[in-house]
Amino acid sequence: MKVIKIEKSQWAEGLEKARQSMRLIGPVAEKGYHSFQELAPGQAPDLDFQNSRLSPKGLAFPQSEVMLTYTMDKNDPECGIMKEADKDYGPRAVIGIRPCDAKALALVKMNFDTDEYKDPYWLNLYNATTFVGLACDAPCATCFCTTAGSGPFDEQGLDVLLVDQPEHYLAKALTDKGTQWLQAAGFTAETDGAAAIDKAKSAAQARITAKIETEHLRGADTMALYNADFWEDVAFACINCGTCTFTCPTCWCFDIQDETSRGQGVRMRNWDSCMFPIFTVHTTGHNPRDTKIHRVRQRFMHKLKYFVDKYDQGIMCVGCGRCVNQCPVNIDIRRASALMNRVGQDARCAVQEG
Amino acid sequence: MTMAAHSTQSTPSREELVDNPYLPYPVRIDDITVESEDRSLKTFKFVFLNPDDEAKFAAYKAGQFAELSIAGVGEIPIGIASSPVEKGFIKFTVNKAGVVTSHLHNMQVGDIMGVRGPLGNWYPWETLEGKNVLIVGGGFAFTTLRSSIIYMLDPANRPKFKDITVVYGARSPGMLLYKDELIEWEKRDDLNMHITVDGTDDPDWKYNVGFVPPITEQKAPQGDPDSYAIVCGPPIMIKFTQPVLEKLGYDHDHIILSLENRMKCGIGMCGRCGIGRELVCKDGPVFTLNQINQTPREY
Amino acid sequence: MSTYTDTMRETARRLLQECKVELVIGFRRGSRPMMNEPCLVRKPEDADQLVWDSNCGINLANYLTNRKEKIGIFAKGCDSRNIVTHILENKVQRDQLTVIGVPCLGMIDKRKIAAATEGEILEVTENGDTITVKTAAGEKQFAKAEVMQQNCSVCTHRNPVIHDEMIADPVPEQTDVDPYADVAAIDAMDLEERWAYFDDLLDPCIRCYACRNACPLCYCPTCFVDESKPQWVGKGQDAMDVRTFHFLRAYHCAGRCTDCGACERACPVGINMRLLTKKLNKDCKELYDWEAGLSLDKRPALDSYQANDPENFIK
Repeated sequence: MKVIKIEKSQWAEGLEKARQSMRLIGPVAEKGYHSFQELAPGQAPDLDFQNSRLSPKGLAFPQSEVMLTYTMDKNDPECGIMKEADKDYGPRAVIGIRPCDAKALALVKMNFDTDEYKDPYWLNLYNATTFVGLACDAPCATCFCTTAGSGPFDEQGLDVLLVDQPEHYLAKALTDKGTQWLQAAGFTAETDGAAAIDKAKSAAQARITAKIETEHLRGADTMALYNADFWEDVAFACINCGTCTFTCPTCWCFDIQDETSRGQGVRMRNWDSCMFPIFTVHTTGHNPRDTKIHRVRQRFMHKLKYFVDKYDQGIMCVGCGRCVNQCPVNIDIRRASALMNRVGQDARCAVQEG
Repeated sequence: MTMAAHSTQSTPSREELVDNPYLPYPVRIDDITVESEDRSLKTFKFVFLNPDDEAKFAAYKAGQFAELSIAGVGEIPIGIASSPVEKGFIKFTVNKAGVVTSHLHNMQVGDIMGVRGPLGNWYPWETLEGKNVLIVGGGFAFTTLRSSIIYMLDPANRPKFKDITVVYGARSPGMLLYKDELIEWEKRDDLNMHITVDGTDDPDWKYNVGFVPPITEQKAPQGDPDSYAIVCGPPIMIKFTQPVLEKLGYDHDHIILSLENRMKCGIGMCGRCGIGRELVCKDGPVFTLNQINQTPREY
Repeated sequence: MSTYTDTMRETARRLLQECKVELVIGFRRGSRPMMNEPCLVRKPEDADQLVWDSNCGINLANYLTNRKEKIGIFAKGCDSRNIVTHILENKVQRDQLTVIGVPCLGMIDKRKIAAATEGEILEVTENGDTITVKTAAGEKQFAKAEVMQQNCSVCTHRNPVIHDEMIADPVPEQTDVDPYADVAAIDAMDLEERWAYFDDLLDPCIRCYACRNACPLCYCPTCFVDESKPQWVGKGQDAMDVRTFHFLRAYHCAGRCTDCGACERACPVGINMRLLTKKLNKDCKELYDWEAGLSLDKRPALDSYQANDPENFIK
């Protein structure tokens, strides 16, 4: 695989060059935290960060997004007929996304890109984007990516992987899209950086000591996990806010709402959360998940069992640690997974389902 | 209220997906029938504004549903009550309950709205060929069962099935759906029809009186490897029908249920209707009891 | 305060052994620095997981809502005031509860510590008034007063207002503080400035509702933001909808809020929405001489009518 050496002195100039053909998005510090924002001309991404407070999932899945538009004007022959919303799917590059978050997008893609249906909003944004990832040299104490199917140098979902060196970046072009981005930026100096990258990768991986236990989940009996006796203990502290799901890079649930104003209407989607009681409430008032034990169990079972069984691609978690760090009552997915994993050791399903 | 700048024209760019599964087909309300004495149930007949849309929708199978879409109000998933063998229109029987259905009940013939679908899976017609079929329905959940009966009774299809038995009940005679058709089916000799009501003070009522489960126990044929039961109704009816069918000898993988759950997207994306790893909207709504037994009953 | 832990474990064990309560609600050690997890102890042998330190800022009254068991609950000053409010509002009965009072010297604000620390925080320990923060680069010490939650630093009800047992002797109450200095500062802004201030304050909101859900007062079966018939407020990220949520939530807490700080503490994006509830607390104090949750014998300000109630704000 091609490795390109980018001198840091050339970095800003290269970004400006790339900007000629695409919009640039990168981490920006604001009020002490980083978030992914569009970069203005001349503005460089702030790569001196561990990770953004909110995950960058909003790049393909905005928290609130207009899907369809319509007029409510009764005199208009098109009244009440839904139209595609006007969208800008022009090319863009995200600079500095962390490998765990890019892997998360690859997991979420399995939900939005299926044989039967394609979600045009998510996929059009995803396809319009070149993901230029920044390998993680200084992971957080709560990062457990290496046991969650990802890693500080994970290449899944990335087009380019940047590895930070004192005077330069080593850029690994992982896809054609990535090669094109490097060319557009004028970063063309090939180098033999494989050894340096491997060395940095090993060092970074060794720094990650937090773990999630998952090895027995796949074979565990679903109903034995569901009926396990620890859920009251795991769920007790939960206040049913949506922080874990909103900050999670792999949570994709959404709500669809119509809003109208002055004769014009939109159909929009908003992030939703299985932590909210109204998420599942029927019109009759019946709520199949009417206690927080149901809801907390749903979140962990979805991530650590249902998803595992449905796709056979590991857990629906990349180990970014955001939910662990931001849960106001310190409910920890690693603890829940360890408890579930223990059940999986004892209660294996009779026949492994496909 | 978010009112992002929007126009009615879009500007497609490279690699963009064109098929949008969230975009409803525009339809016109062609006819509205009040089905029940309390006016809580109405059947809406829709015709497509665009013949291409009709052609795309026409391949539906009995048991599927669609999202009925009203601009400015929202969408609601409803089982398709018309049958694929009925051409030129689609029909839905809607119970007035929430925001969207209440709004729909106030709409008039000629009004324009939208339909998205067909969605979900269907009763397993390939498996049911050459088999005895028992249909057990209760209340306003009879809609996709009506679609199924019309489908099976179509002259081209009837020879494909062995005995067909239908048990259908409602609270009172006035709450039974599709009364004209029920009476007509009652007279046929290629269908064993058992109509029942929970109770009635009509002295001329000539059908059964009693809840669906005991009437099923009395009237339905024994289960065997060549027999399948399709059950659709309120949760309480399903709960008490299950042991009856077991007693009659129907295997759990020969008992077919259609589930209802809170839905939004209808295409397996939004995550709302999940029960275990199954999404009721896309992997269902039709499941065998065997499948449901391996899944948390969160519906 | 970390010295309370042993006494707490003994108390919980005894109450459970003597079957005075079916469960005890307290805190156990969290998995992150400066985080403890509310927990429920049902068996005497599990009482050893209970802990207490300056990271117990979550209001435990929130976990009492509509419970029917006989419950032992640890309560610092603000928790006890919310327990009083819960009893007044019939969300729990007094005779269900064994309130174990915890005199409080204030909770530390993890965001203040994070902002004053370079690099990731690996461990935080406390020894009396000294907070020691460990990072990869070394250790740093803070006086607790520097890094306390703002509501705690102006708190005038540190001791529980009701209790059946006490974990320790009462601590001195603070008397020389102005609880409403921050509200006065906003009151002093001109309209434009104030608009910009609130605009900026609420801008990061992601509508996860952690503030609402951490609040013991927010127990409506269906919150107004979740109602669909009628729908009071849009569900997107429109600034007007976000403001509507925060302002209406604050008004629903008028005369009930104890300024426990659970809302601000829970917010994942660090919004100080307490400013809104505090303004209403200040009004209640000035108009009705009312502070929430101080007595089981007095009806709340907005729950009672006096002939001499001020009405000059009705225009």
